[in-house]
Amino acid sequence: MTKKPRVGLFVTCLVDMFRPTVGFSAVKLLEDAGCDVFVPDNQTCCGQPAYNNGDKADARRIAEQVIATFEEFDFVVIPSGSCGGMVKTHYADLFEGDAGWSIRAEKLSAKTFELVSFLVDVLGVKAVIAAFEGAITYHDSCSGLRELGIKSQPRKLLESVDGLTISEMKDSDVCCGFGGTFCVKYDEISNKIVSKKTANIRASGAGTLVAGDMGCLLNMAGKLKREGSDIEVRHVAEILAGLATGPAIGEKR
Amino acid sequence: MSVHPTSPEFKSNAHGALHSPSLQKAMGNVEKGFIEKRRIAAEALPEFEALRDSARDIKNHTLAHLDLYLEAFEKRVLEAGGHVHWAADAAEANAIILDICQKAGARTVTKGKSMISEEIGLNAHLEANGIKPIETDLGEYIIQLRGEAPSHIIAPAIHVNKEEVEADFRRVHTHLDAKRDLTAPTSLLAEARGELRARFLAADVGITGANFLVAETGTSIIVTNEGNGDLTQILPKTHVVVASIEKITPTLNDVAQILRVLGRSATGQEMSVYTTLSTGPKRAGDLDGPENYHVVLLDNGRSAMLGTEFEDMLRCIRCGACMNHCPVYHAIGGHAYGWVYPGPMGAVLTPSLIGVDQGGHLPNASTFCGRCESVCPMRIPLPKMMRHWREREFERHLTARTTRWALRAWAFAATHPKLYGLGTRIATRALSFLGRKKGRFTSLPLAGGWTTWRDMPAPEGSTFRTEWKKRGRK
Ligand code: SF4
Repeated sequence: MTKKPRVGLFVTCLVDMFRPTVGFSAVKLLEDAGCDVFVPDNQTCCGQPAYNNGDKADARRIAEQVIATFEEFDFVVIPSGSCGGMVKTHYADLFEGDAGWSIRAEKLSAKTFELVSFLVDVLGVKAVIAAFEGAITYHDSCSGLRELGIKSQPRKLLESVDGLTISEMKDSDVCCGFGGTFCVKYDEISNKIVSKKTANIRASGAGTLVAGDMGCLLNMAGKLKREGSDIEVRHVAEILAGLATGPAIGEKR
Repeated sequence: MSVHPTSPEFKSNAHGALHSPSLQKAMGNVEKGFIEKRRIAAEALPEFEALRDSARDIKNHTLAHLDLYLEAFEKRVLEAGGHVHWAADAAEANAIILDICQKAGARTVTKGKSMISEEIGLNAHLEANGIKPIETDLGEYIIQLRGEAPSHIIAPAIHVNKEEVEADFRRVHTHLDAKRDLTAPTSLLAEARGELRARFLAADVGITGANFLVAETGTSIIVTNEGNGDLTQILPKTHVVVASIEKITPTLNDVAQILRVLGRSATGQEMSVYTTLSTGPKRAGDLDGPENYHVVLLDNGRSAMLGTEFEDMLRCIRCGACMNHCPVYHAIGGHAYGWVYPGPMGAVLTPSLIGVDQGGHLPNASTFCGRCESVCPMRIPLPKMMRHWREREFERHLTARTTRWALRAWAFAATHPKLYGLGTRIATRALSFLGRKKGRFTSLPLAGGWTTWRDMPAPEGSTFRTEWKKRGRK
């Protein structure tokens, strides 16, 4: 038997604070797929807020810490397309002209993956053992879709969930208007964009909205709840792991 | 005098746009039409992605040797009997064009669609000097009647609904029968045609932009769908081409390649209806064409972009695909951006051309969804360049003080894991305790931007890492 891959789980700040269930779901999915999962205690944030707001120096300091924390593992897995995209596609840019750190950054980027694409593309997982009754609709979060090419992988695994059907919404690949600090800096525009998104979500007829990024999920859940909708909102990992049993995002306990 | 920017008032511009029912109705059409057409056209051409690569490479090569190609172009234009004028900025370009018009004794000039003419504010300058400019592109004609700027680089009147055009025509074309039927879009088109026909014949000078300037042959090329550009440049005695320096392309062969991605990206057409080449004035034996041919080459900040992180932007061929696919543009339309170029390309270009202190909002008003870059035929990394602008703003302390402070505080915590762990544990615990009943907040202090519009879901309980350790895991 080959040695189990040692996977460092980077839960992300939003999962850590808002949705521990997603972290446990990721652990379960990875362990079921034969990984040894570690959660290094030194982990914090991937540096995206600083990076996207032009604060490159702080982004770099944070990235150095992420690299130092996670470089010992065979793989780094992140249950988020945008944080995954940050580590995988943007870290190199932070260390331009610094050969030593550039190499470390590139090595880390090469072994870093978003959770669902890691399961499907790297581990070759074709199905999960989980059940979920009802129709869901899947929102393709932007960074996952366009930076990491995540589109078919979550659908493939969702289709293997017992009792689950996918009811596609119109424009599932269009931004939900979150955009990190954008949603508060340009809140009125953000609201317009998320309103179009929730209209498409409702029109899909699905009872549950699923996506792979906590930021987008908080945004869409918040809007749906404000609109009085009873559509439930969940992270894709919860459903795939069969842990979608507690209250959905923004629902009372 | 170039157009006065209202980009610093971006937020209030956007507010107005979001509350304008007619604009919102018009923007719905952008979302529907362009995107689907481009998708079909791109998918129908197996080599489309490869063509994008080669279009990018052609322009990169050109920009690396821009001086040589510009000189070669100038030489060919002179050989063909034309004139070339170099304009460092808007004021110089306006002065040169006014001088040409005055020497030609012009009273009216017809104009083909030209974003450069918008950029330099040419119409206002001509009018101030007693020369009447007449826009001949239907969209430009409409916004000229309305006294507006274009809201889209290829569909300047996209923000105007049909009913509004009808009202404008009735207001301005008072010599026509007041009872005429203008309900069909074709009747509006026919009326504009009829009005413009006499203007084409009477004009003393025709001014066009250029989609390409060909170094190999000294040719200027315009790409249109209405044929108005042809009439503008062929009928008057004098033809003035006003174009920015990055429109240079080495050879006709190169142009042919880029044309294959231009039409498809812009409108989903394989080719635009008219692709018109003009090289110098009318030659002996030519049946028609202008007697005088001038090219005004405008820099206006572009050469300063060469060799910087914004050089890639100079590959832009003004197809409009980025704005057609932009959720922010869909929400607020083009005028809110406050200067000549809207959407993602405008968000990068505007700070480059008028300064980041003026255009600073634009590169910030993006979710970085990346849809623009995914469709840009020239593979311009638009989000990356918007981020570069944010970096420049941060360096120059133009970022709002509260944002700076919050970012620094967050970064400090994020690089001190123990402190971060403690802080997030406390915050999470507090939020989840306060939100335990409803599972969400309808208002939260310091989070007004969020809770004005949407609820804030409450955390599930304690942090993941707290729970993880409770289970005795590492
Ligand atoms: S940036 Fe790209 S997509 Fe946008 S107008 Fe220019 S060429 Fe077209």
